[in-house]
Amino acid sequence: MQLLSASVTAILSRSTFTGLRCKECGHPYEASARHVCEDVCFGPLEVVYDYDVIKSRVSRATIEAGPTSIWRYREFLPIEGDPIDVGTGFTPLLKAGNLSRRLGLKQLYIKNDGVNMPTLSFKDRVVSVALTRARELGFSTVSCASTGNLANSTAAIAAHAGLECCVFIPSDLELGKVLGTLIYNPTLMAVHGNYDQVNRLCSEVANTYGWGFVNINLRPYYSEGSKTLGYEVIEQLGWQLPDHIVAPLASGSLFTKIRKGFDEFIKVGLVEEKAVRFSGAQAEGCSPIAQAFEAGRDFITPVKPNTIAKSIAIGNPADGPYAIDIAHKTGGSIAAVSDAEIIDGIKLLAETEGIFTETAGGTTIAVLKKLVELGKINPEETTVAYITGNGLKTTEAIAEAIGSPYTIEAQLDSFKSAWAQAQAARPS
Amino acid sequence: MAVLVLIPTPLQKFTNNEASVDLEASSVDSLIDALENVYPGIKGRLCDEAGKLRRFLNVYVNSEDIRFLDHQSTPLKDGDEVSIVPAVAGG
Repeated sequence: MQLLSASVTAILSRSTFTGLRCKECGHPYEASARHVCEDVCFGPLEVVYDYDVIKSRVSRATIEAGPTSIWRYREFLPIEGDPIDVGTGFTPLLKAGNLSRRLGLKQLYIKNDGVNMPTLSFKDRVVSVALTRARELGFSTVSCASTGNLANSTAAIAAHAGLECCVFIPSDLELGKVLGTLIYNPTLMAVHGNYDQVNRLCSEVANTYGWGFVNINLRPYYSEGSKTLGYEVIEQLGWQLPDHIVAPLASGSLFTKIRKGFDEFIKVGLVEEKAVRFSGAQAEGCSPIAQAFEAGRDFITPVKPNTIAKSIAIGNPADGPYAIDIAHKTGGSIAAVSDAEIIDGIKLLAETEGIFTETAGGTTIAVLKKLVELGKINPEETTVAYITGNGLKTTEAIAEAIGSPYTIEAQLDSFKSAWAQAQAARPS
Repeated sequence: MAVLVLIPTPLQKFTNNEASVDLEASSVDSLIDALENVYPGIKGRLCDEAGKLRRFLNVYVNSEDIRFLDHQSTPLKDGDEVSIVPAVAGG
């Protein structure tokens, strides 16, 4: 018995968080599976850390000696024991020389989570944390409401962890997102309705079934995984903050957590404090946060999504007000672009940097371009654009916009004739 | 006939652990008052001091968010289903 309690204490002592608290009213809760301030105001709960403990345990050297995954930052993540480590994180930060020149910038970097592991989107970060915590809290079945990438990630990492999995998606998702979920053999519910309707259904299911929903009752833990996108950029820039970041906005959670990641590294002395501007990207067909920002509102009026950027098509974004607040406070912008601009953004990133991103990434690049044109990004600034997903999952979106191959015979003449046509067709 | 109200888990302590209740009401506002009559204290959880629904709660009438209808003045009729769902989820 004594042995058992000693080992439990040892495990608990590895954790750096002490509980949950309401982000709105500050009401405290224990670190269980819950996400809203049930006793007072229904505001969102967030994890409370002991930063003195974190500070005493980490340094640049300890982090650099850690695994090349998000778990090199484990002291900043809300887990108690061993993580589920599927190699998630530490994705490339690419200096984007060609795209910089095209846009008229000097210090542009692309953080490429389109090659994150195991399912090629930033969602692997949040799911690795959520399922680690789900296992610690004793869940045997995990679930999520997803626009596609999260479904892929939850199903894959649940398979690795040996957890039962049932995920919910809107029924109109891209085939790549559906196949990329089914292959892991979860139960997949394709719901007639948009993401917000799926999300609402899942909130009701979460109330009834004893499942760990990564983005509902595990949301306080889950969302913390996105902070690693902030930590990595600092480390990859040589332990410096950028001047400006541009990221896609769906629920707004990623945006707020990149900020939290930056703030935490400042707080524990890992990076020198500096003002960072935060700019957000939405698709015009689902731009409730951009509309509120434009109108100077601090509240969100929900919309019904209609855009090719399905992975960020959330009409009622839970963290929208917080995203607006951050953009205002940091002197950033929130802008929206059309579906045609999104496709151009996907092509621009591919043609200049060799990175094939999905529609959310096209949105980010198109908004980056727009903000440069509007004079909202200083060309001298170190700017980081976050690319959060992989283009091979949403090929439908660009199929009509990228031309087709020259089909030829296996004869030199046939090639010569086609090559001449190809040369004539290329812009000089 | 009446309106069926789906109660989220955190509020079921007010409704004797019932997940759904039947009430007579002609609008969302009057439904909130009817809930308060039967389950005293629940209105203070649903609404702020000004009587406005808390911003982190979503209310749906027959699956439509009342922000797309007439907010708290949204009319109700017999047989309608009203869901109260905490908003902070997803993403």
